[in-house]
Amino acid sequence: MKKTETIYGLMAEFTTAEQLLEAAHRTHDAGYHRVDAFSPFPIEGLADAVGFHRTRLPLVVLAAGIAGGCSGFAMQYYAAVVSYPINVGGRPLNSWPAFIPITFEMTILFAAAAAVFGMLIMNGLPTPYHPVFNVPRFALASRDRFFLCIKARDPMFDLELTRKFMATLNPREVSEIEP
Amino acid sequence: MADSPADKLAEQMATAPILGPGHDYASVTDKISAIVLKRRPPKWWWVGFAIAFALVMLMLYSITYLLLVGVGIWGIQVPVGWGFAIINFVWWIGIGHAGTLISAILLLLRQQWRTSINRFAEAMTLFAVACAGLFPLLHMGRPWLAYWMFPYPDTMKMWPNFRSPLAWDVFAVSTYATVSLLFWFVGLLPDLATLRDRAKNPVAKVIYGFLAMGWRGSAVHWYRHETASLLLAGLATPLVLSVHTIVSFDFAFGIVPGWHATIFPPYFVAGAIYAGFAMVLTLSIPVRKVFGLEDFITMRHLDNMGKVLLATALIVGYGYMMEAFSAYYSSDQYERFMILNRMFGPYAAMYWCLILCNIVTPQFLWFRKVRSNVGALFAIAMVVNVGMWLERFVIVVTSLHRDFLPSSWGMYYPTRWDFALFFGTIGLFLTLLFLFLRFLPLISIYEMRALVSEEEKKAEG
Repeated sequence: MKKTETIYGLMAEFTTAEQLLEAAHRTHDAGYHRVDAFSPFPIEGLADAVGFHRTRLPLVVLAAGIAGGCSGFAMQYYAAVVSYPINVGGRPLNSWPAFIPITFEMTILFAAAAAVFGMLIMNGLPTPYHPVFNVPRFALASRDRFFLCIKARDPMFDLELTRKFMATLNPREVSEIEP
Repeated sequence: MADSPADKLAEQMATAPILGPGHDYASVTDKISAIVLKRRPPKWWWVGFAIAFALVMLMLYSITYLLLVGVGIWGIQVPVGWGFAIINFVWWIGIGHAGTLISAILLLLRQQWRTSINRFAEAMTLFAVACAGLFPLLHMGRPWLAYWMFPYPDTMKMWPNFRSPLAWDVFAVSTYATVSLLFWFVGLLPDLATLRDRAKNPVAKVIYGFLAMGWRGSAVHWYRHETASLLLAGLATPLVLSVHTIVSFDFAFGIVPGWHATIFPPYFVAGAIYAGFAMVLTLSIPVRKVFGLEDFITMRHLDNMGKVLLATALIVGYGYMMEAFSAYYSSDQYERFMILNRMFGPYAAMYWCLILCNIVTPQFLWFRKVRSNVGALFAIAMVVNVGMWLERFVIVVTSLHRDFLPSSWGMYYPTRWDFALFFGTIGLFLTLLFLFLRFLPLISIYEMRALVSEEEKKAEG
């Protein structure tokens, strides 16, 4: 057990998306929960297989959109009614139909910014250093190879047993990840 | 009947692949990233870049002179105060609509053929919007005070007029530019990681690595990335429609004959999609040729784009018809005079040229033979580019130059500075495009890999 503290985890390499998906399912079924899978393109169901079921991103985007719309309208209302009211032939100061376009644009602007920055922040990006890159072949994860990582933090993790388990998943090879 | 050549061609086109045969994950990755990672760009790149960059110098020269002397160097004069600046602004921003349309609306409609042209079209959008933004800025006369258009707590205690379409335009165009840039970057992120992992040059490795932000293709990251992309597509779709709607409000809110019409927003949006697709065709045809990307941008793509061009040409044609009809039906003497003046007045040649370019020429696209002929498609797309510029010229100039009082009529003649700035922005557009082709993958690599995976699944049944 002592050696497990000095490595980040074990990494198995696969050649097809189906192999990775199946391996991820089997790893999860075997009781490992600190698992991550890496692929060159999004694979349907892979996030589910590593135990990630839903993201709060849509909620954040909705909230940001509402906040953007409200602040856009509030800004125009403040300018036209409170800060600098101009009486144009007795027309209402709060001419809300004319405020719709900017309210709409602000809604979209805030929501889109929340979608992008929310995605980056939730994903922990930018990440200046990550141990998985210590596996030399991991560079292929952005080309044509598929990787599954069981982290040493997993309570079930045991270097020898986990390595044996990973060998049963039919990987191309299994390597240790330096921390 | 089934054996006639036309039917055979029809069958070929319908089943034509959106990806050439024999490609796997590695080959699409290598082929697209090799364009960027090659040590030296090809000779034609230098020639094209040099020409485009020379035009940028022309642009800088004409902007400098404009700032020194003022907008008097242009042909604008009472009663035509808008001239080239607004014509070019609307033309460029129209071109800038195809990118977001392709990447957002076609994504939501699950049109897989968009994959290989979306990155390219999005880049085109950004550069076109950059060119568009220059014109209203310079048209202001004192561009150094442009920040007055934004609401900020200033010592004058003044606000922009939020009831004016011109203020809406500031918000619409700046939001559109920002959201397009963000959307583009989100799509680029996994591809930047690919370039980081594939680059041999240490400097390139560091720069791409910096931009890729440590992307590692984790399943959870992909999941959020996909969610964000879909949400952005959903947000960008109404945005892209709103932008040209608001641009059309710049015209439609005025009581000038020929502008004050409810047809303007849909007619402008259709025109924008039309112009944008024409520009995507104009650029993608030479690009697929010089980079040998016929496997990725296939005849099926060109055929589909030809169809979109034809469909939007018909909508735009309907717009022209309704303009003439509502002028007649309004019984308003100024509206009626406007349309007659447009068709038979001093600028009649421009009007009929525009009809020829935008309505007559695209009718050739009804024929499958034309849509499967790359040269013909390119020629038609070029004609539409010109036609859409003429459309904006006709809308801006013919309405303004003879509006209500004959005593205040006048003529508009552009000067050499108008042309210098216009061609200069074309240079800016091409320069940015050449740099993009050199330094970033022009086709979304990760989406192509996903496409390979889908095709494999299909092949297995």
